[in-house]
Amino acid sequence: MRPDPAPDPGRPTPAPPAAGPAARPSPAAASRVLETWRDAALVADKDLRVEWRSRATLGQVVPFAGLVLILFGFALDAHRPTLRLAAPGLFWLTALFVTVVAAQRSTAAEAADSSRRMLLLAGVHPGAVFAGKAAAVAVQILAVELVMVAGVLVFYGVRIESIPLIAATCLAATAGLAAAGSLLAALVAGSRARETILPVLLMPVAAPVLIAAARAFDAALGSAAVNGWRWLGLLAVFSVVNVMLGVGAYGPLAEEV
Amino acid sequence: MTVIRLRGVVVVLGRYPALAGADLDVEARQTVLVQGPNGAGKSTLLRLCAGLHPLRAGTAEVLGCDLGAERPAVRGRVGLLGHDTALYDDLTVTENLELWARAARLPVAEVPEALDRLGLESRLRSVPVGRLSAGQRRRTALAAIALRRPELWLLDEPHAGLDRPARRIVDELIVEAAASGATVVLSSHEPGRAAGLAARTVTMTGGTVTADAA
Repeated sequence: MRPDPAPDPGRPTPAPPAAGPAARPSPAAASRVLETWRDAALVADKDLRVEWRSRATLGQVVPFAGLVLILFGFALDAHRPTLRLAAPGLFWLTALFVTVVAAQRSTAAEAADSSRRMLLLAGVHPGAVFAGKAAAVAVQILAVELVMVAGVLVFYGVRIESIPLIAATCLAATAGLAAAGSLLAALVAGSRARETILPVLLMPVAAPVLIAAARAFDAALGSAAVNGWRWLGLLAVFSVVNVMLGVGAYGPLAEEV
Repeated sequence: MTVIRLRGVVVVLGRYPALAGADLDVEARQTVLVQGPNGAGKSTLLRLCAGLHPLRAGTAEVLGCDLGAERPAVRGRVGLLGHDTALYDDLTVTENLELWARAARLPVAEVPEALDRLGLESRLRSVPVGRLSAGQRRRTALAAIALRRPELWLLDEPHAGLDRPARRIVDELIVEAAASGATVVLSSHEPGRAAGLAARTVTMTGGTVTADAA
């Protein structure tokens, strides 16, 4: 990880901090934050462009998620009342499977021909690489979730009681899943057994997100009488923790080239 | 000014020391050829100087930065061509260079000029890098380095996979870089050819520098 106090000689040096009120962030610090956001957007744009070219999300992950939802339905005897009750859990379990696939693909793109070295040598902060990659994974998961919502409405016969709660839960849970998935995929990237290790590591880490998201969906879909917004608050905490952990821990992983 | 100063450097890859007590000094504006058999530690030496490997023992200074504590600062000032090209297969040649330019804060407008310099004709620029030949990939990677105009060029087998005209282009690029005041360290499995570019030849064996001839 780039040490904070040392300026990066490969990049333009930000202006020295001007005298001013102590509470105001210095121009140099503000410039660093802006650079980090800009780099994250660059990485996300690159990942989404690569993903769009391969059409893997549309051509493989969406059908995969649809099939999982249908097979869950068959496994529960296609019994509509049971499916309505189980829909929130099944939805988020499927989202977890989608996360594994999306995170693995995202990391594989960096591993080919040591591509991630390009960003390292360019001086991109590892936190920005992580944020960009997690954001791209999140966009893909959200796209699949849109289709999955339609799927549970059609196949499981559920009714939406609160669209804002559905939308907010999807956003918060997806951020948490994408962050955990991206971090753990980077952690196991060097392992020969990465395809099997990632789900084993991700499932326990994602469990709090899954539980909170499923409970919030219980309320949003009317499957159970719970306070969905309170579960959403807890979900947001889990997701913020995952994102912060990712930003902090990705640096040492990125050093392993 | 000494650009590279290595003293008793040990780098361990996996369980095995790829560099086992290497010592080397390279002065500014020198062009140095590193030669040696496979597994001698040439590639590791170049990657270490690019700030990509942590030191296990010894001291290393590159461009005035201590590689023990300031590796990220070194990365922003070198140009490294490794065995792999560090390009994204699914992005086109132009997209790869534009991504590199934006990430490294280099002028995107100079990308076409850098591609011209490496003889990458227009029809190739919209082709995904994954569909290029090994030589074309290598020239694309060299174009990225040329775009940065680094103080220190670290070129691992820069002629590998290149045909005769492309080799000539790369030779010219190395000569130009040296003439512009950059320091160049290159390794080659064809020392006879690369020796013409370098004023000094360093030989490595078993992870150490065993001979140094001007």
